[in-house]
Amino acid sequence: MGVTDASIHPYPVHPCELFPMTTPKPTKVILAKLGLDGHDRGIKVIAKALEKAGMDVVYMGMRVTPEQVVDRAQREDADVIGISLLSGAHKPLMTRLMKVVDEREMRGETLILLGGTVPDGDREALEEIGIDGVFPVGSSLRDIEAFIKERLSDGE
Amino acid sequence: MTLYDPKATKKAQEAELAWEHDELRKTLERAPESQERFLTVSGREIDRIYTPADAPDLDYASDIGFPGAYPFTRGVYPTMYRARQWTRRQIAGFGTAKSTNERYKYLLAHGQTGLSTDFDHPTLTGYDSLHPLSEGEVGRLGVAIDTARDMSDLFDDIPIDKVSISLTINHPAIVLLSFLLAHAEKVGVPWETLRGTVQNDSLKEFHGQKTFALPPRGAYRMTMDVVEFCTRNVPNWNTISISGYHTREAGSTAGQEVGFTLAQGMAYVEGGLQRGLTPDEFGPRLSFFFGVHMDFFEEVAKLRAARRLWARIMKERYGATDPRAMLCRFHSQTLGSTLIREGALNNLIRGTTQAMAAVLGGTQSLHVSGYDEAHDIPSEDAMRMSLNTQRIIGNETGVANTIDPLGGSFFIEKLTNEIEEEALAYIRTIEDMGGGEGVLAGMFAAIENGYIEREISEAAYDYQERIEEHEYKVLGLNEHEEDSVPPPELYEHDDDEEERQIARLEAVIHERDAARTEAALEALRQAARGADNTMPFILDASRADATEGEIMGALRDVFGDHEDPGIF
Repeated sequence: MGVTDASIHPYPVHPCELFPMTTPKPTKVILAKLGLDGHDRGIKVIAKALEKAGMDVVYMGMRVTPEQVVDRAQREDADVIGISLLSGAHKPLMTRLMKVVDEREMRGETLILLGGTVPDGDREALEEIGIDGVFPVGSSLRDIEAFIKERLSDGE
Repeated sequence: MTLYDPKATKKAQEAELAWEHDELRKTLERAPESQERFLTVSGREIDRIYTPADAPDLDYASDIGFPGAYPFTRGVYPTMYRARQWTRRQIAGFGTAKSTNERYKYLLAHGQTGLSTDFDHPTLTGYDSLHPLSEGEVGRLGVAIDTARDMSDLFDDIPIDKVSISLTINHPAIVLLSFLLAHAEKVGVPWETLRGTVQNDSLKEFHGQKTFALPPRGAYRMTMDVVEFCTRNVPNWNTISISGYHTREAGSTAGQEVGFTLAQGMAYVEGGLQRGLTPDEFGPRLSFFFGVHMDFFEEVAKLRAARRLWARIMKERYGATDPRAMLCRFHSQTLGSTLIREGALNNLIRGTTQAMAAVLGGTQSLHVSGYDEAHDIPSEDAMRMSLNTQRIIGNETGVANTIDPLGGSFFIEKLTNEIEEEALAYIRTIEDMGGGEGVLAGMFAAIENGYIEREISEAAYDYQERIEEHEYKVLGLNEHEEDSVPPPELYEHDDDEEERQIARLEAVIHERDAARTEAALEALRQAARGADNTMPFILDASRADATEGEIMGALRDVFGDHEDPGIF
């Protein structure tokens, strides 16, 4: 039975029973700050915005290690890992994070995003190590939301 | 006696009604205004026009007064910039102490009149350069200082008895100040001749800046140990720079900035009283630090409101009698979060506007953030332009000729009143959380229950939403130029600095008398477990070349660690 049939007979059975797969599980997002960086304004605003956009958001706080983030993402079967860094230490810290992601064979399974003070010149190198999206300071919340939705629906 | 004659105010009100009914109505019928509401950066709704009726109870003597006289609304000194312009204090710090020392000499040669030290994240959070958490951050956003020997390199060949120094550090403030005092001993400069400031505002670390190293109560005790020690031994040192800048950077409104900052200040005053110091003894050495945002009039009013409210609190609530103990003297900095990546040179205009507000708000010292700081730490050129901004405002515009030139503006006086009331309401809310045991108890409660952090996050989100919805337009963020120009040259980070610093630290650890260092650290642990002031013990450890991480580690052994609750 297709969608059209169901719309001809509006309420033959509850739609959830007909299409159990269409009950969407909210997108699970794990956010964290790595290293010692204390600039957390941006990531908290993003956490609120993604939550208001219907996503299930966990903000792990600051001074989290790459291992802790990936553990949590694996445990909660997260769709997205979002890291914020305004300390300039994004290259070594994101390299370490990606190493853990690879060890757990999560590359391609979880969308990896980075926000913060990232010079334009570093972007390419970050994309090369497998960061899916880089959002420098000043990025629009709507753009970040749209990027996540688009990339996750591509993957399905 | 009210400033405006009540009859004249009433007349003005009637005239305003007539004007609204007549000229205004006709104009609005022809052409409505461009926006439904006009908001300040902090989201405060602003009226079309202000008149005496907006502040009918204003009393000249008790609400405005004269500079250098209670309640200091117009300024902290009777002659203000006519005697001496504000201190041009550009903060600087990167790489090793040697590299920053060179930058200091450059700044002093280019018209800077005071020094301010920016530390890297490991130093700010009390970890050595060797600690695993420090990887990639050593000397990255500030200078790396591990031992008192690094402090000697930092101020090598700089006359520390003549140039005032600001150490921008909080939970490890007691350590870094001890390093400086140890350096002063080495070069034969008596502590009494040192002038400067240590930020040492431990409470704000839990909602602004977030470079905490200890839990709230342990960190607070260290702050008060510095206050007590310096009141007795380093009399010209500003023992706390009670900071709103970071609260504002975290996204607070102007009213929250004043409210939370003054509440922090009250918590420190209550701590001083508990230690048997009188407000007149330590009040004069308390200073403040505010951010300056883009909303020109709101910022000027905010600074006036902070000055008046602090004077009232110190005099009326805590019983200060020495006018110097009532002064809200402050440093200001144009806000880094207002800097935009796209079209970086536009930030020169932002910096100028904000600096002008700081000056019209009566600042004692000023840092203008570099135009390229949305890309990286400022280049030499950006710092030079920041200094030039200050020189041009000070020497060419005439704004420093008279004191508080905006005082008496109907709008400014009304805004000053509003921000003072808003700040006071926050202070009362915080105090209530302490169950009637004062603001100090309230601050601990408000930190522990997440109230302050949540309030700030809410404000940060509202501000961002106004940008997303184009209600607040920012060039380079939600409005774009066809061909914006990138910053001419960026600071070039030297990746080898981290290695150099680690090598330097390893050498010190190798050379020092290990038994002496360990004994000093153990004595410190003992003192921290008891009630003694820890600063003499930290000084001893500094003289014995204990590292910052070791000293903070000894304090963590006693007070424990702090974990970020991850509130949003």
